Amino acid sequence: MFVTVHMPDGTSHRLEALEGWRVMEVIRDWGLPIKGECGGACACATCHVWVGEQWVAKLAPPSSEELEMLDGAFNVDERSRLCCQIIMSKELDGLEVELAPESLADTPAERVAVGG
Amino acid sequence: MPASAASTDVIIVGAGPVGLFAIFQLGLAKLKAQVVDILDRPGGQCAELYPEKPIYDIPSVPVCTGQELTDRLLEQITPFEPVFHFGEMAASLDKTVDGKWRLTTDTGRVLIAPVIVIAAGGGSFVPKRPPIPGIEAYEGSGVFYAVRKIDQFRGRRIVIAGGGDSALDWTINLAPIAQSVTLVHRRPEFRAAPDTVSKMRALEAQGLVKFEIGQPSDLKGNDGKLAAIVVKRPDGSTFDIETDALLPFFGLTMKLGPIANFGLNLNENLIPVDTEKFETSTPSIFAIGDINTYPGKLKLILSGFHEAALMAQAAYRYVHPDKVLRFQYTTSSSELQRLLKVA
Repeated sequence: MFVTVHMPDGTSHRLEALEGWRVMEVIRDWGLPIKGECGGACACATCHVWVGEQWVAKLAPPSSEELEMLDGAFNVDERSRLCCQIIMSKELDGLEVELAPESLADTPAERVAVGG
Repeated sequence: MPASAASTDVIIVGAGPVGLFAIFQLGLAKLKAQVVDILDRPGGQCAELYPEKPIYDIPSVPVCTGQELTDRLLEQITPFEPVFHFGEMAASLDKTVDGKWRLTTDTGRVLIAPVIVIAAGGGSFVPKRPPIPGIEAYEGSGVFYAVRKIDQFRGRRIVIAGGGDSALDWTINLAPIAQSVTLVHRRPEFRAAPDTVSKMRALEAQGLVKFEIGQPSDLKGNDGKLAAIVVKRPDGSTFDIETDALLPFFGLTMKLGPIANFGLNLNENLIPVDTEKFETSTPSIFAIGDINTYPGKLKLILSGFHEAALMAQAAYRYVHPDKVLRFQYTTSSSELQRLLKVA
């Protein structure tokens, strides 16, 4: 299964994902520069993404904790999610997300993105 | 040396769990430490990001929260009487004429020691900056991320953005002295303490605070003088609020900060170290915990604890080049137990 990530610089990356992994982890482990400061604990709002319009209803709705943490993100709308709270499953194959600029890490992670 | 300079054995940058445990390991080696941290309290990420989140991978502690881990480390290091400088950022590092390190903080404090330990995690916690083009031009004149002097806002029109404790506390505290206070938040719910929310609602009911649902999307002004902020409503429409100041409170994020200018080799914002002493490319400067990198590095608190223990052995040799540090166990050494104030 795949996730497509649109980066703030306009580039797009189609990343292979494993079932059960958090989308934040998929993006991070492919080496794209995502902050994800708290490591996926829903405690920092630095993995803010806007999910593709058609995906909003297909995702498990955000918990109250996620909604609270989204208060620490910018330009939040109904497509806003913390992608550490999106768990990959077959139903989400093809998911599209756009990384919010404030969730972009200052420098690329060590690994180079190899997504197609 | 300025009169205010304080001398110690080791200066630790960062009071997170690894910085705190470094105090313990250095203490067993009879080395005194002073600690600088930009946060106003110990614990680093454990205090700022997940004080109430569970941690399950500390050896022999099946579960504890970030705050509990911090509290236990503070208890463990109490015998060593560490000196903390909270709310200060390590700003610059240079050498004294006698070859020691001189670390200056952003408040002008000067610390001098033969050894530096960087335990800065992901860097300094700094306020999140709204991604509004040109916002930098207003910072310090019309955009403020902290309230240093309340009087600065006396008689001014203020917009506060955010929905947490900082946003609501300052809304409540500035309402009596400002000409007007408008709180802007993206939804009608707040994640501040219930009592704080009640106070804010009371001020709103009295007409002393205005509350608008929306998010700041743009700034208007000239030559660094803020005139208005543009607020975007949930339905996408926008409106202006004329204001003298915007105070955005969206929490903190981590930036490497001035450590990048300490003259150390860096690799993708991490500090490469050896795995024997966890020393950087500069002798007598060590880096431990999440901020360092080496082959096989795992960003675990556990790894940072190990790194602190080995670092302390090497730090001793810099502080006391003429002495040998005898390896001892706390279980059996009466000398270590005296240091720990249990014997």
